[in-house]
Amino acid sequence: MPSRHPEEAVFPPRTRLRPHPRLSLYARLAGYGFRRHSAYRAAALAGAFTNTVFGILRAHVLIALWEARPGLAGYDVADAVTFCFLGQAFIGPMQLLGGGVQLAERVRSGDVAVDLLRPASLQAWNLADDLGRAGYLFLLRSVPPTLAGAALFGIVTPAHLATWAFFTASFVLGVVVSFGWRYLVALSSFWIVDDRGTQALSMVMAMFFSGMVLPLNLFPGWFGTLAQSLPWAAMVQVPADVYLGKRDALEALGFQALWAAALLALGALATRAARRKVVVQGG
Amino acid sequence: MARTYLLLAWTWLRASAQYPVPLVMMVLGSFVLTGMDVAAIWIVFGHTRSLGGFALAEVMFLYGTAGVSFGLADLLFGNVDRLSQHIRAGTFDAMLIRPASAFVQVATDRFSVQRFGRLAQAAVVLAVALPRLDPPWSRIWMVPVMIVCGVVIFASIFTIGGAMQFLLTDAPEVSNAFTYGGSTLTQYPLTVYGGDLVRAVTFIVPLAFVNWQPALYVLDRDDPFGLPYGLRFAAPAAALVLALAAALAWRAGIRRYRSTGS
Repeated sequence: MPSRHPEEAVFPPRTRLRPHPRLSLYARLAGYGFRRHSAYRAAALAGAFTNTVFGILRAHVLIALWEARPGLAGYDVADAVTFCFLGQAFIGPMQLLGGGVQLAERVRSGDVAVDLLRPASLQAWNLADDLGRAGYLFLLRSVPPTLAGAALFGIVTPAHLATWAFFTASFVLGVVVSFGWRYLVALSSFWIVDDRGTQALSMVMAMFFSGMVLPLNLFPGWFGTLAQSLPWAAMVQVPADVYLGKRDALEALGFQALWAAALLALGALATRAARRKVVVQGG
Repeated sequence: MARTYLLLAWTWLRASAQYPVPLVMMVLGSFVLTGMDVAAIWIVFGHTRSLGGFALAEVMFLYGTAGVSFGLADLLFGNVDRLSQHIRAGTFDAMLIRPASAFVQVATDRFSVQRFGRLAQAAVVLAVALPRLDPPWSRIWMVPVMIVCGVVIFASIFTIGGAMQFLLTDAPEVSNAFTYGGSTLTQYPLTVYGGDLVRAVTFIVPLAFVNWQPALYVLDRDDPFGLPYGLRFAAPAAALVLALAAALAWRAGIRRYRSTGS
C-alpha cells in the first residue's frame, strides 16, 4: 500500500549532473547494437576476408590505370591504392551492400507494431542501433582490410593530427548519411511489402555512386559532377578524400552534414506518414 | 536429375511470378548492377587507350565471355552458396529426407528470374565486342568451348564454396571471395594482376582457363607471362579436374554433416 497518493509523488532534488535520460537511452541502444553484432564475429571476419580479396583485385586494376596515366584526377598510385582499400573498409560500417536496418523484416512480420508503441522515436531508435553496429563492424571489417592493404601495397597515412580528426568526423557523418538512406529504403516496405527489389536498386546506386567501384573523380563531365553531389558520395568518396587530404575538410563535412540532415528529415516525415499508413494484422 | 531440376526450377519461377513488381525491379536491378561493371571499364578506357596491354574491345570480349559463363553458372547453381542458411534454419534436413538429390534441391531453391539479368547483360556485351574484334573462323570455334568450360569452372567453384559452408556455417561470406571474386578477376586481362596472382589462378584455382588462356588463342596473342602455348587448349581438362574436386568436396561435406538435431 503506497503511503502517499501517486500524484503527490515528490522527486528528490538532483544532487549531481546526470546525462539526459533520452541520451542515455540511445547510448544504451547503441551499446546493445554493438553487442548484438558482436555475436556474429565469424561472419564479420569472413566479410573482412572477402573485402580484402576484392581490395587486392581492384587495387591491381587501379594500379594498371595509374601506371598508364600517372597523376590522373590528382591522385598518384599510392593515393589510388589507399582509396581502393578505404572503399573496401567502408563496406561494413556504411553497409554499402544494403541491409543493416532490420525495420523491413519487422514490417513484414508485424513486429513493427511493438516498435511503434515504444515511447521513443522509431528513427532515433534505429539510428542508435545502427551506430552501434557500425562501431563493431569498423573494428572487424574496416581495420583488417586496411592493414592488409598497407602490408601488401603500402598505403598513405595522413601526417597531421587534424586530418585524422577531420577524417573521424567525416567517417561518422558518412555512417549517418548511409543510415538516413537505408532507413528510407527500409521504410518503403510499409508501402511495398516485398522490399527485395528496392534493396537491389539501392545496392546498385550505393556501389556505383559512392565511389567504391571507381573513384568518382574519374567519371566524365556532368556525370561526374552529378555523382559528386549525390548522397552516396558522402559514404566513400568524401571521407576517403578527407583522409587523403584532397578536399577542403570543412567543405566536405558541410556537404555530408547537409545530406545527413536532409535524409534524416525526410525519414522523419516518412515515419509520420507510415504511422498513419500502418495496418497491423492479427488480434 | 535434370528432370527434377527443371521441375523444381519451374515451380520456383511460377512462385516468384506471383509478385510481378518486385520481380521486374530485381531483373532490372540485376541488369543494371552488373552493367555497372561495364560502365566502370568504359570510364577506365575514357582515360587510357590500353589497360595491361589490351584495348577496349579485347577487354570487353574478356568481360563478355567471363560474364556469360558466370551468369549461366550463377543461374543454374548460384543458390548453392546459400547452403549455410539452410543448415542454420534446419531446412537442409528436410531436403536430405526427400527422394531427390539434396544438391539439386539447394541449387533450385528460390530459383529466381532475376539472375537472367546478369546473363543478358553479359551476352549483350559479348555480342557487341565479338564483331569488332572479328577473329577468323578458324579460331572462333574456341568461343563456345570456353563458355562451356567457364560454366563448369564457375559451377565447380560455387559447389566448393557451398561445401566449405558445411565447415564454415557461420561464415558463408568466405565463399564469395572465390565465386564473385573469381567473376571480378576474370573481367580484366590477367596482365593487370602481376605474375604471382596469375600463376595462382593458372595452377591452383584454374580461373585463368575461364577466358584468359582460350582468349589468347582467339585473339592470337603471345602469352605475356611466357606460359606454354598448349595451355590455351587446356580449359576442358582444367574444368574436368575442378568438377571432380567439387564433386568430392560436396560428398565429403554431406558425409560429415551433422544436423543440429533441434
